[in-house]
Amino acid sequence: MSIKEIQEEIVDEFSMFDDWMQRYEYMIELGKSLPLIEDQYKTDDNIIKGCQSKVWVHAELDNDKLVFTADSDAIITKGIIAILIRSFSEQKPQDIIDANTNFIDEIGLKEHLSPTRANGLVSMIKQLKLYAVAYQTQLK
Amino acid sequence: MNDTFNVSSIRRDFPILSREVNGKPLVYFDNAATSQTPQQVIDVIVDYYSSYNANIHRGVHALSQEATDKYEQARHTIQKHFNIAKAHEVIFTSGTTHSINLVANGFSALLLSGDEIIVSALEHHSNIVPWQMLCERTGAVLKVIPMNLDGELLMDAYQNLLSTKTKLVFCNHVSNALGTVNPIKQIINKAHEVGAAVLIDGAQAAPHIKADMQELNVDFYTVSAHKMCGPTGAGMLYGKEEWLNKLPPYQGGGEMIAEVTFEKTTYADLPHKFEAGTPNICGGIAFAAALDYMNGIGFQTIAEYEHELLSYATEQLLTIDKLKIYGTAKEKTSVISFNIEGLHPYDIGSILDKLGVAVRTGHHCAQPIMDFYKIPGTIRASFSFYNTKDEIDILVEGVKRAQNMLQ
Repeated sequence: MSIKEIQEEIVDEFSMFDDWMQRYEYMIELGKSLPLIEDQYKTDDNIIKGCQSKVWVHAELDNDKLVFTADSDAIITKGIIAILIRSFSEQKPQDIIDANTNFIDEIGLKEHLSPTRANGLVSMIKQLKLYAVAYQTQLK
Repeated sequence: MNDTFNVSSIRRDFPILSREVNGKPLVYFDNAATSQTPQQVIDVIVDYYSSYNANIHRGVHALSQEATDKYEQARHTIQKHFNIAKAHEVIFTSGTTHSINLVANGFSALLLSGDEIIVSALEHHSNIVPWQMLCERTGAVLKVIPMNLDGELLMDAYQNLLSTKTKLVFCNHVSNALGTVNPIKQIINKAHEVGAAVLIDGAQAAPHIKADMQELNVDFYTVSAHKMCGPTGAGMLYGKEEWLNKLPPYQGGGEMIAEVTFEKTTYADLPHKFEAGTPNICGGIAFAAALDYMNGIGFQTIAEYEHELLSYATEQLLTIDKLKIYGTAKEKTSVISFNIEGLHPYDIGSILDKLGVAVRTGHHCAQPIMDFYKIPGTIRASFSFYNTKDEIDILVEGVKRAQNMLQ
């Protein structure tokens, strides 16, 4: 599936919920399915700055596709990074670079998109895209 | 408690308290970060810009005179509130951080390599960083008064740190992260025994405790207006005249000069020596209005009511399974820092926000305290005299709900 298709699928899943509480509960569920980062990569260098909670992200190439793993010490943050990774992982770096993240708004998590928000969603997106840029350069 | 204290009528003074957040009535428990502003103070701000906005101390015209008079009256109101001996010992600043930096900068001219500065383990970053910078500039050494698990300073250890090398002692009156009220009278007296100056950061104390500068015999004391019903960007530095005269000016500019030639400038007398440039005139005037407002209710009444809220909230929160309160000093203001075992404060805070409850989560600009307890941060609920027990019930229910969702 393309990034866009996965994002549409996530939007679809979230559209089943009427209120924020159900959405949060679902996000917490998704956090549990997050492909966990290996302990050896859980280093300070891999912590995303700008988050009140700790978020570690690791990326590696599998043929021409990028595979992300991550973890967080906060459950809601873990859900957010899980949603992002589900849409970006196992995709080509160029597609990740080109992808937009408007679906976050559509799943009712708009408030998390503010650049000043302490959860650092914007920093997470930036970091995932930076990995894509770095590996894109390597592929060339 | 004062029989006339009626929290419902007080709440009507604060327009913001009637708004909703995320579809729920606002429950504002982030008072230690900034307090809300009553209509009486908002009116003063509107009146200033509507009626007599002008630059002060230099115009010959009526508006300038009026603004100058109101600004100087504000200085007198502040002087009286803190029982300060002389009006020119009140320096208007943009707030506590500015006040502390002013003193720290001034001391770089007075310290020698090897001199010692003592700070407490309970400090806010704004009360650590300026002294570290000062130490880097002068070669002075920073020493720290340790604390116990309740969040109380160890006074014996403090006694041992003091020596003739000690030139300055810095401590907050009340800890922002834990709410501990520090024994500042004792801290000041002991520092004076070795000839050291003392700066007390009163940012967190001033909204709850009316501090008497002459009785404390403190050398410097700092306050931020926005923590006590006033506007942001206004505050004061109290300094004893003899100390303010010893410190060099902090910033150069208008108002702080007596005479200027290209060869030499002579500085103005106190307080203007430290008030370079056009000050926050409206902010200073509104700061005094906030003091008038709070004195109208009475600090004794405020303290008693807030203590009642603190006891109620402590009792109610402790009914929650796995909840731990950080900062259990005997003397506390109405601040509760807590965590739920196994849960991140950020998660709880996010869900509380959805329920309309504003709390602070994180390290509260006091990372050394969080390191001491080996935690990433806490959830901090801080209460003001306009909060109610009903709101505390909403907080407690919210925490329980968050716990259910997250576990």
